[in-house]
Amino acid sequence: MLRIMGKKLGAPGFTALPAGLALRSYSSSAKQMTIREAINSALDEEMAADQSVFLMGEEVGEYQGAYKVSKGLLQKYGPERVVDTPITECGFTGIGVGAAFYGLRPVVEFMTFNFAMQAMDQIINSAAKTNYMSSGNISVPIVFRGPNGAAAGVGAQHSQCYAAWYGSCPGLKVLIPYSSEDARGLLKAAIRDPDPVVFLENELLYGEAFPVSAEVLDSGFCIPIGKAKIEREGKHVTITAFSKMVGFSLQAAEILAKDGIDAEVINLRSIRPLDRATINASVRKTNRLLTVEEGFPQHGVGAEICASIVEDSFGYLDAPVERITGADVPLPYAANLERMALPQVEDIVRAAKRACYRSLPIAATA
Amino acid sequence: MAQLTRRTTDLLKPFSAALSSTRLLTTTSTNPITVETSLPFTGHRIDPPSRTVETTPQELMSFFRDMALMRRMEIAADSLYKAKLIRGFCHLYDGQEAVAVGMEAAITKKDCIITAYRDHCIFIGRGGTLLQCFSELMGRKDGCSKGKGGSMHFYKKENGFYGGHGIVGAQVPLGCGLAFAQKYSKDENVTFAMYGDGAANQGQLFEALNMAALWDLPAILVCENNHYGMGTAEWRAAKSPSYYKRGDYVPGLKVDGMDAFAVKQACKFAKEHALKNGPIILEMDTYRYHGHSMSDPGSTYRTRDEISGVRQERDPVERIRKLVLSHDLATEKELKDIEKEVRKKVDEAIAQAKESPMPDPSELFTNVYVKGYGVEAFGADRKELKAVLP
Repeated sequence: MLRIMGKKLGAPGFTALPAGLALRSYSSSAKQMTIREAINSALDEEMAADQSVFLMGEEVGEYQGAYKVSKGLLQKYGPERVVDTPITECGFTGIGVGAAFYGLRPVVEFMTFNFAMQAMDQIINSAAKTNYMSSGNISVPIVFRGPNGAAAGVGAQHSQCYAAWYGSCPGLKVLIPYSSEDARGLLKAAIRDPDPVVFLENELLYGEAFPVSAEVLDSGFCIPIGKAKIEREGKHVTITAFSKMVGFSLQAAEILAKDGIDAEVINLRSIRPLDRATINASVRKTNRLLTVEEGFPQHGVGAEICASIVEDSFGYLDAPVERITGADVPLPYAANLERMALPQVEDIVRAAKRACYRSLPIAATA
Repeated sequence: MAQLTRRTTDLLKPFSAALSSTRLLTTTSTNPITVETSLPFTGHRIDPPSRTVETTPQELMSFFRDMALMRRMEIAADSLYKAKLIRGFCHLYDGQEAVAVGMEAAITKKDCIITAYRDHCIFIGRGGTLLQCFSELMGRKDGCSKGKGGSMHFYKKENGFYGGHGIVGAQVPLGCGLAFAQKYSKDENVTFAMYGDGAANQGQLFEALNMAALWDLPAILVCENNHYGMGTAEWRAAKSPSYYKRGDYVPGLKVDGMDAFAVKQACKFAKEHALKNGPIILEMDTYRYHGHSMSDPGSTYRTRDEISGVRQERDPVERIRKLVLSHDLATEKELKDIEKEVRKKVDEAIAQAKESPMPDPSELFTNVYVKGYGVEAFGADRKELKAVLP
């Protein structure tokens, strides 16, 4: 079973954790909540608390959400605050950003982030850069959210992970939950945040249930932006992951434990700002690093983490940094090829063993 | 020349130059005057407003002064660019002043304006100062964006000016978003989203217009048709250059954009319409004397005769000068004095802007976020230059 570490948190998103706080573990009688419920409840509570928060996107209203994430919100808040849009991402994203310029707090839903590419100019040039270009005159308190990364058998155009692309842009914050606690806390923090936030969900995780404490269920619950979470403490190798790959990494850690390798699994939670401090501290402890992500390998999140470690903790590395990523191909449809193109638990196990000098990589063909 | 109706009484006509105090009374008078627009309006799916426009001597004089100021400012910017004090892009508005000035006369600072990169004069119309303008152009800390934006990124949110945008067409959905927010907040104000004939073909404009019409947003799309999208004439870019008709189901009005009173009337009409019936398109038939930007001489795709022809026949400042003179609100000399005064103001602002220092190096890292959470940001050499974002 997954062991979730609970932490007591300060005021919404802004204060650091006070030192020496006790960690709680939760009994299996804790309430279970799916990611879908977590996002729905976070949206509901934030809309109730602040009249300027509204949701817009395709099928968010009458359809109850393409993935039923916004179920019930139209009935509760009405069509002025839960706005069904035509299939015109560039147009409605621009409208959302303009509303944020004026002072509203829009939550713009993309049915998947693949479609957000149509709106990329509005996200980057209008949302991310405006506070800087206007020297603070116009801020953009907007959230862009929706499923990111691969689903199951949806093919190349519907499966890309955008964490690395958005993560490179100054002016954006990029958050990516794994558990229901993450989904609730990070989304609430994102909606309350005065800057543009890209909130990357995962379609396959929507139905997955996680235990949530009373604290997580509280309407004031927020998770600090820019702080990673150590999901599993370990001594021998650091594994960084985000979204669905956190679950895979935890499974890999259980398998590695049987071989005497104690892996530390870090759930990044925040791609931008990236919690370099936590990652570096972990690698200084374990001396070995494996980065895991679903997205394309070149210029990926793992590449940035590797660079960060080389810059700040080079002397602590006992082995080269290993990367597990999606394959360098557009995602194929056939089930066997799709499986080969996405990271699997066995890939994470193998790479962790390599980092621990427990196996040799396949020799490169000439 | 337009037919003018006189309402000034004989009492206000001065007998001699010594009665200049009487003239002063006239120029600040708010007695109504009626003027006729140069051309009738053409409507698309709407009955156009009347050609008869109410104004006052005070407004007429302010039109002259404001447009003269804008004209002089842009010409001065041309010189500063050639002197390499302004870098990068510089898109000048001289010729189009009537749109900025006429629009302001019809609206309040609670209404919103958003435009593209030819934004210096709109900024001034919204209450920006010459110092803020020239300092920003020269990248100094007294600039409206503290030197971090440049020519294309002037803003003044407190006066309803939302920029200043470099990506052609992007400002139109943003403007519809402002209108969305105004309706959401029940503000009873409108947004003017301005764009050029080049941007009029952008897909995102039609996406935004569709939503504005569906949701009855108080959005007024203003096409400043200066007939050239950079170097491409409208007939080479648009199958239908009747931009006021391009909204299809959205009504539109074609307006003589060189006539400040036509602009004022159209904007007043459009505001009333938008508050009740949703979006409307205004096509301002206007002209820019300069090329697209300071990198473009503006004479490779149009003839010098065309440019000088417009200057002779349709110059917006000249039109107001003639109106002022025919209404006896000022003499030729007094108008020239105003122009001299305006020139002096511009020169003083430039001198002051030149004294303004460049932004402090620490400003490199400010305003990336409103809330930085103590995150690190890096310079070119991250071991050498980094900062903590507050």
